Amino acid sequence: MIQSQPAAAPALADKMKIENLDIFYGTFQAMKRANLSVPDRHVMALIGPSGCGKSTFLRALNRMHDLTPGARVEGKVTLDGVDIYAPSIDPVTVRHRIGMVFQRPNPFPKSIFENVVYGAKIHGEKNPKRLAEIAEKSLRAAALWDEVKDRLSRSALDLSGGQQQRLCIARVLAVEPEVILMDEPASALDPIATSKIEDLIGELKRDYTVIIVTHSMQQAARISDFTSFFLLGELIEVGTTSDIFTRPRDKRTEDYITGRYG
Amino acid sequence: MVGVRASKAHRDEGIALVVLMSCSALFVIAIALILGFLAFNGTRLFWGDHYSPLKFLFGTDWDGFGGHYGAATFIAGSLVATGMAIAIGGPLGVAIGVFFSELAPKRVATAFKPAIEVLVGIPSVVYGWLGLTLLVPAIATVFHLPDGDGLLAAGIVLSIMILPTVISLSEDALRVVPNSLREGSAALGATRWETITKVLLPSASSGIAVAVILGVARAIGETLAVQLVLGNAAILPTSLLKPAAALTSEIVMDMGDAPDGSGFKHALFAMAFLLLLISMGLILLIRLALRRRT
Repeated sequence: MIQSQPAAAPALADKMKIENLDIFYGTFQAMKRANLSVPDRHVMALIGPSGCGKSTFLRALNRMHDLTPGARVEGKVTLDGVDIYAPSIDPVTVRHRIGMVFQRPNPFPKSIFENVVYGAKIHGEKNPKRLAEIAEKSLRAAALWDEVKDRLSRSALDLSGGQQQRLCIARVLAVEPEVILMDEPASALDPIATSKIEDLIGELKRDYTVIIVTHSMQQAARISDFTSFFLLGELIEVGTTSDIFTRPRDKRTEDYITGRYG
Repeated sequence: MVGVRASKAHRDEGIALVVLMSCSALFVIAIALILGFLAFNGTRLFWGDHYSPLKFLFGTDWDGFGGHYGAATFIAGSLVATGMAIAIGGPLGVAIGVFFSELAPKRVATAFKPAIEVLVGIPSVVYGWLGLTLLVPAIATVFHLPDGDGLLAAGIVLSIMILPTVISLSEDALRVVPNSLREGSAALGATRWETITKVLLPSASSGIAVAVILGVARAIGETLAVQLVLGNAAILPTSLLKPAAALTSEIVMDMGDAPDGSGFKHALFAMAFLLLLISMGLILLIRLALRRRT
């Protein structure tokens, strides 16, 4: 779909490519024939009304549907040209390279420090000095270091919601993924915490490819380079964010962004 | 009319309140009387018969009619049998709980859950009898002994008896861990095993602690099944294959013989009181574990 839209900067290298993606929950088809190319080190926003399948689509990109009994994914999802659903691919390595931040902050009931280094530890890092470096670097990158540096051993559950969400982002960064998936990461947060997360996403795209589901069109407009519009289990239109919001090609996209439904 | 109905409802409520409060009061009084009775008779050996509490707790000389009330052999027997039950039944029960909560397909889990709950309700005499007819001869054969009864048999029977409690409570503790933590861990590239050991078990640790402590409480208080397979010999446990005696089984063995008002009877009461203190201590531990969770 991106090919039919010259404004989608065809010169950019694709980090991820989704081809003919179908997703089923039992017999219900939640996503039909979705095609999308995600350029490297840019922010791709997925928008659409509730229940349109955008979160379902996002969860297919790091094989989270593997954990849901009854969910089935068909089609092709590639990361740097390699199909992540190929039989030879271990879903655990996929999730190592493609991190995910969830709608509600989900810190582990452990200390702030243990939360950040969790991924690094399970991937084999044992050196305490190295772990401390990873923790500081990730917390700085997630704009949380100054707020927590004096209480790293305190429980992560004592942090505010916005801080918890930035901790969850730090936890993903510590694993050094290449792509970060975000499922409405600010929907449970107040406006100040939301703007901090949005600033952070602007920083992240220098080093990472970010794919973010958002129910807020304003947020998509503020933070993303590209936007895809989903409706009723279909990917309707993809383009640069400015094109989608100023001159959408599809009538349904136009109806949605002008607030006619959703 | 409305006024009449309102006053009738008001009167009914008043009656219900009085009934419920008197039931509760009666219950509290009954508990207090039991505790008071046990505390009085359970300490009488020390202040009435002037028997040294140290000799009671640490002495191994037990001769009820001869005035020797050293209960250390029974205390040790209870502790060793319970310790074995927990050493076997604890890890096994938690592992099966993990299996049902995290690994088993939903159909398997829903089929086995009622089966496990049935096991809780089997009377202890049945467990003891099975132990006596199956386990005790098996131990005798395996270890080439004339008799298989002893601490090993008691420990195994107790571990099976506490298993359903430990399984179902640790399964419950794992099930209440929010799914978002499973997903969060998986999304960081953790395997299912890493998620279980590094996130789920620590998150459920207070609930699992409660499961194990309730197992301890059940094991230390178990009487009949233990008495049937333990061999009931008042000797200090030096080998798991030798017969021993527990606090509970010894009380049952002696309570008919000990004359009322004798030091012998008071010593049995002291053992009962000790069991009560132990289970109160365990309940205190459970409350602490649960407080830590909130």
